Amino acid sequence: MRTALLADVHSNLEALQACLAHARREGADRFAFLGDLVGYGADPLACLDTIEGLVGEGALAVAGNHDTACLGGHLDTMSLPARDAIYWTRERLGPRQRDFLAGLPLTVAEDDRLFAHASADRPEAWTYITGVREAEQALDATAARIVFVGHVHHPQLYFTTPGGALRAFAPVPGVAMPLSDFRRWLVIVGSAGQPRDGNPAACYALHDAAAGTLTHYRVPYDARAAANKILEAGLPERLAWRLIRGE
Amino acid sequence: MATDQGGIGENRLPPGAEVGGFRVVELLHEGGMAMLYAVEAAGGDPPPFPLIMKIPRLAFGSHPGCLVGFEVELMILGRLAGPHVPRLVAGGRADGAPWLVIERIAGGRLIEAAARAPLEPAEAVRLTAAVAAAVHDLHRQNVIHHDLKPENVLFREDGTAVLVDFGLARHAELPDLVEEEFHLPAGTGAGISPEQLAGMRADPRSDLFALGVIAYRLATGQLPFGAPATRSGMRRRLYVDPVPPRALRPELPPWLQEVILRCLEPSAEARYATAAQLAHDLAHPDQIPLTARASRLRRAGVLVVARRWLQALRQPAPAAATPARHLARAPHILVAVDLADRREALAEAMRAALRRSLIAEPDLRITLVAVLAPQAFGEESAPEIDHARQTSALVELRHWAHPLGLPADKLRIHLAESADPAGTLLDYAAAHHVDRIVVGARGHSALRRYLGSVSARVVSEAACSVTVVRPADE
Repeated sequence: MRTALLADVHSNLEALQACLAHARREGADRFAFLGDLVGYGADPLACLDTIEGLVGEGALAVAGNHDTACLGGHLDTMSLPARDAIYWTRERLGPRQRDFLAGLPLTVAEDDRLFAHASADRPEAWTYITGVREAEQALDATAARIVFVGHVHHPQLYFTTPGGALRAFAPVPGVAMPLSDFRRWLVIVGSAGQPRDGNPAACYALHDAAAGTLTHYRVPYDARAAANKILEAGLPERLAWRLIRGE
Repeated sequence: MATDQGGIGENRLPPGAEVGGFRVVELLHEGGMAMLYAVEAAGGDPPPFPLIMKIPRLAFGSHPGCLVGFEVELMILGRLAGPHVPRLVAGGRADGAPWLVIERIAGGRLIEAAARAPLEPAEAVRLTAAVAAAVHDLHRQNVIHHDLKPENVLFREDGTAVLVDFGLARHAELPDLVEEEFHLPAGTGAGISPEQLAGMRADPRSDLFALGVIAYRLATGQLPFGAPATRSGMRRRLYVDPVPPRALRPELPPWLQEVILRCLEPSAEARYATAAQLAHDLAHPDQIPLTARASRLRRAGVLVVARRWLQALRQPAPAAATPARHLARAPHILVAVDLADRREALAEAMRAALRRSLIAEPDLRITLVAVLAPQAFGEESAPEIDHARQTSALVELRHWAHPLGLPADKLRIHLAESADPAGTLLDYAAAHHVDRIVVGARGHSALRRYLGSVSARVVSEAACSVTVVRPADE
């Protein structure tokens, strides 16, 4: 089975559609959405419609911090532009979208794999995995051999070594990496809807369970159109130009 | 299935045992790290070549590197192709132990030749060149072997070298599962490079150092740095140079010593930029510019060693990030010069293209090739006239290259005689790992039209890039 893993779509319809089309061309059998379906972008309804439809066809989806924030509660830990986008999104979600978001689990376990938004370690704490220490905590919290997460908008890979220490690797787009059975792997799939590693192209990963390989892809999409919608919606300008620059 | 106690990694498999759809024919080799069996496909559609199965030893107390090396080998063999590596057929797990099945290479083994060393210089050169071609093909696929030694080189029936045992290898685009895994640096005492000793695994020229160790051994019958087992013993090669090969075997040609000692330079920058350049030199020894390395007959003195010892305390300069990027800086450029074409504007335009390459590709090698038309003479006078013609062509080619101001090591010149210039250029490019051909566009004279266009055929048939240069005023 080939699962296309999309994280941090963030209401970016252009990026979502480009990734879905690319993944289908690459032979994806199904999709997994690793949280933060909404927030930041100007197309929450269209994105949720698409994703809800795919979940109806067997796609996996977990909740992210932006998704739960849209349902209510304080936003003290968020940056100001992020908060503005959450308030804006809250006003637009109807009962159906709210029910869908409220029904999302924090994690999904399947065979030797775990899907989460931020970390397998207390997923509701939304820990950012920015180094081997956090990656180690995430792997320690689960028995799964492969953990797929988003939240951090940079694609990255962590793996265990026989000596015990974890090691990091920056995946090369388009290169299928074998995820050896002898190790455990933590995969940060990168952001589909708001890449921040200097490359504005959308990012997602494809896991081939039969071949035991993982491939990250970068997909160019019409970031200008997505940015213009953000400006037209009156959302913070910064959220528009960061899409163009991939920051 | 053979599962008495423990798994296939602990017990020998008897003939007839089946693992993963393959049937054991016989045990070929029982090493410290793995067991090798001749196997055949138990059913289905067997591949049209003989097979071996490799199973790492997993018994209590076995080396922790067994499994990592096996894992790395499976990962990297799956990404390699071409005649210089065994084909990976299948891999899997049985009874908790991993196995893999690869093509069995039927020809000889380099270790047999190494055991006979010192070899005749011509044989040592031929074998080293064959291994260099294999190493270049590996580097082109973005992989560094990191454990080249005679035990790990086999030959096909036609003499093509095949590299095996990728347990310490590194693929630039895949996670490196090897580095810093063990107490000792990853490598073998005899052939490990100074960069590897510093834990740097990204430089393809580490394999050129190991190639130098192989060539030294084939030519002299000895190891240039012994086979130390400790880190400090291995570090000696950073400051103590090997006994010059000609001090051990005076009959070795100076150019061979030049080549071997250049490979063994402690600084990767001082070695050949690519294995292709090494193989090219071994094929054209008369073109190798000799330096002080060629005439040395004893090791450096105490003062030099002391200075190098101090220098060795510094970290080596990091390499270009991947073999692919390193090779991109060091292309082999074939320049087809038509000596009958007198257009100075064309020559200048071709040199301008080469000057641009020198900036972007500083480790390049340029080979000027001129193809002379065969001439029929009376039998008696032929050799002298032919010699004079060749000398004059060489003089003209050197004159052609002079404005480029190339360092001696970046320029090679090759004369061929053939009625088929395009075919000759194409053959040379294929035989010597040429990355780009630079050729002048056809002129407008009636004669040119009559002869047909060499450049058009080279463009359509070359396996590499071709730059066709036309001067601006045409």
